[in-house]
Amino acid sequence: MDYALNYEEPLLWEHRAADGCGVDFTPLENAPLRTEQVARNIIGWPKLKEPQIVKHFVRLSTKNFSIDHGFFPLGSCTMKHNPRLNEKMARLDGFANIHPMQPEETVQGALELMFDLQNWLGELTGLRGVCLTPSAGAHGELAGLMTIRRAHELNGQAHRKIILCPDSAHGTNPATAAMCGYELRVISTKETGCVTVENFKAALGDGKDVAGMMVTNPNTCGLFESEIAECAKLLHEVGGYFYCDGANFNALVGKARPADFGVDVMHINLHKTFSTPHGGGGPGSGPICVADSLKEYLPVPCVVKTDQGYKLETIEDRPSSFGRLKGFQGQFGMFVRALTYMMSHGGDGLRQVAEDAVLSANYILSKLKGDFYAPFGDKTCMHECLLTDKIQKEQGVTTLDIAKTLIENGIHPMTVYFPLVVQGAMLIEPTETESKEAIDHFICVMQHIAKDTSDGKANEIHQNPLSTPRRRLDEVRAARQPVLKATV
Amino acid sequence: MRYLPLTEQDRTEMLESVGVKTTDDLFKALPLAKGYDLPDHQGEMEVERFMTALAAKNETANDSPFFLGAGVYRHHIPSTVDYIIQRSEFLTSYTPYQPEMAQGTLQVIFEFQTFMTTLTGMDVANASMYDGATSCAEAALMAMRLTGREKIVIGNALHPQYREVLESYIGKDHISDVEDETIAAVIIQSPDFFGTPHAYAQLKNKCDAIGAKLIVVITEIVSLGLLPAPIEADIVCGEAQSIGIPMSYGGPHLGFFACKQEYLRQMPGRLCGETVDADGKRGFVLTLSTREQHIRREKATSNICTNQGLCALAFTVHAALLGEEGLKHLARLNHERACTLAEALSKINGVKITNDNFFNEFVIELPIDSKVVQKKLLNKKIIAGLPLDGNRMLVTATEMTTDQDITDLVSALTEVCS
Repeated sequence: MDYALNYEEPLLWEHRAADGCGVDFTPLENAPLRTEQVARNIIGWPKLKEPQIVKHFVRLSTKNFSIDHGFFPLGSCTMKHNPRLNEKMARLDGFANIHPMQPEETVQGALELMFDLQNWLGELTGLRGVCLTPSAGAHGELAGLMTIRRAHELNGQAHRKIILCPDSAHGTNPATAAMCGYELRVISTKETGCVTVENFKAALGDGKDVAGMMVTNPNTCGLFESEIAECAKLLHEVGGYFYCDGANFNALVGKARPADFGVDVMHINLHKTFSTPHGGGGPGSGPICVADSLKEYLPVPCVVKTDQGYKLETIEDRPSSFGRLKGFQGQFGMFVRALTYMMSHGGDGLRQVAEDAVLSANYILSKLKGDFYAPFGDKTCMHECLLTDKIQKEQGVTTLDIAKTLIENGIHPMTVYFPLVVQGAMLIEPTETESKEAIDHFICVMQHIAKDTSDGKANEIHQNPLSTPRRRLDEVRAARQPVLKATV
Repeated sequence: MRYLPLTEQDRTEMLESVGVKTTDDLFKALPLAKGYDLPDHQGEMEVERFMTALAAKNETANDSPFFLGAGVYRHHIPSTVDYIIQRSEFLTSYTPYQPEMAQGTLQVIFEFQTFMTTLTGMDVANASMYDGATSCAEAALMAMRLTGREKIVIGNALHPQYREVLESYIGKDHISDVEDETIAAVIIQSPDFFGTPHAYAQLKNKCDAIGAKLIVVITEIVSLGLLPAPIEADIVCGEAQSIGIPMSYGGPHLGFFACKQEYLRQMPGRLCGETVDADGKRGFVLTLSTREQHIRREKATSNICTNQGLCALAFTVHAALLGEEGLKHLARLNHERACTLAEALSKINGVKITNDNFFNEFVIELPIDSKVVQKKLLNKKIIAGLPLDGNRMLVTATEMTTDQDITDLVSALTEVCS
């Protein structure tokens, strides 16, 4: 039942059907079909009119929390403000209504935009070979590893089958390595949260069978991998490549170039660092940037500038490429948004982005490391800080309970139980677009949770959230008796 | 800079709390860059001016009669769609890992899955894939996991870019020409790249006999409003851009992935399921995530994480507006426009329609090289169909193709061909 501003909304199929539909068309001629098949009978789609449909989706939208609602400190996800200018630019007729197979002379503006974006990413990473086509971070990882694999294959090194990867990595790293047919060898980071030269050497061995390593830097514990340049040097000496997961590039943008700590390949999440919206789970965009040594193996197409204007490369132009990884030219609409954002910030603004993001995370750490256990609290963190539930757990309050209590307080939880190597992890990424007022409010709520816990209010905390459209959901039931579609 | 709310005083207070003097003290571990060759920040007005000028350099589908398709289609998008997807609650939310704060997105995914299963005739559909080409490649990988076999047969005219992506994902040497007991699946596109729809019953029998899976690829999803659902398939996948999503020079679009119930646990990508909350009320969560990379790591069914969430929303809103009757009407209208175009083109001296049947696109045989024709039509402000090898051209009509567009094309082509 509805009450005040809280709405119950049935499924589209549960509404009483109208006549006709929510779109008016010109009448049909009902000429004979030229499909050689009988026209389809019942599909099973609803019958509703436009006002019912608008209400349906607006009412559903009220059950979502978003960046525009409030604080969203989801670690490693960079939930920063999404400027509406980006949206407006992507919808310009000249960008939204062009076809990917139009003759190149009719899309010079689009190609120029892609060329500019390639250059911005090259300048910011120091890795000058850029291919924009991968669709998201994990797809960028796949593109990066396939680039490395192609380089090894063409250089008589196809026997290299091992990818080194720390235990704190995102799940996509090992999954991507497996998809490329690589075997994983884990670098332990348990003691310090970082890849040390010692542990790296232990994993590397003689390195003859190592294709490369995948490391996120800053890493998923929120720390800068300070020994990574030395590790990269050792890796290069034995013929391996360094893939850097760019999920945490927001800490570096405009401040440091990944090429300067030995990176050979890196993907950039445009939907994180460069504010193209997350959209409830995508679309993302994951361009990859590579050092000159790997440029020729990149997927096609990249945009090149010629005397006759901008042009999309083909495999004939660059036969050493591993090929194509996506239909057409990539998530072009996201390129428009990202370049709009970059130009708005400029080089000076992007530097301030990294500085404010890092300062905000360190500020939160400084305020909360007394009330919560901070496994690396003695170190400077980068754009995110890591806490755990170690202290609260003794009173029966876990990371999950803390997350659900934040929800009750109108704040989106941080990333929880990740990285896996830290028990009860809470990874907090405030981003640079939050005011001090919002950050202080978050700190205050967290301190309250710590106090309520030590005051013995665990039972109350276990009830949270109470005021959301739905309370804690039974995930076990969902998985044991899967219901994955409506009854039609 | 307008997106950065911290004040100088805030920064000073925060540095003090951290216990350092300057921000650079926080970056001591990093090899700092000496500088960047990048312009400084700009106001909204300046950026808008730059972008508008770039956009104006492109010739759009609204500028001229337009006959391209080949996997990306120009359809009308009702205003409601863009209004809904620009709502902050959908646009700026995250993957619904915290279901209490994301019931809106979750119910949309559940409805999207329902739209996809009803449309394809499959039992289950996931929350989306990057695009049609990668979805097709993931289907091949899934068939390889299911059968323990390593070869794939491409059974007809698959979109050439889908083929290229498939080659990257599984390796060229895993694509076979022989339908025997070593193959994991046969891939059939319908309507195929040249526009011809296909039936599947015979092929399904053949696949069953050799223990291979049947993968049906759809690049023009509107066709399923007129053509029978590919219920014989094991996996139906492809591109759903045609409903609710602009062409945008090739992306972001909407890959979809649907299959039979028995393959559920080998599916790639996210799934949303129904459950109840602590008060017993119906709610939705992401489920069966033990297939996915964030739980299963190197043993996951795919490395996919982020998908095309907002595009799936756009599809769901447009699909809801169309409904049962609208989709059928739209599909029929597309077919009728294509029939009208075919009829008109076939009257031109030297132009031949090569398809016996089609949905909304077909191949014409021209008296001269199709690339030359494309260029000459462009000079006459017409964006032609896609030039294929030699004199052949793939031509597309949708509900957006007007009688005037067809008249313009016919008169220009008559002149070009004479």
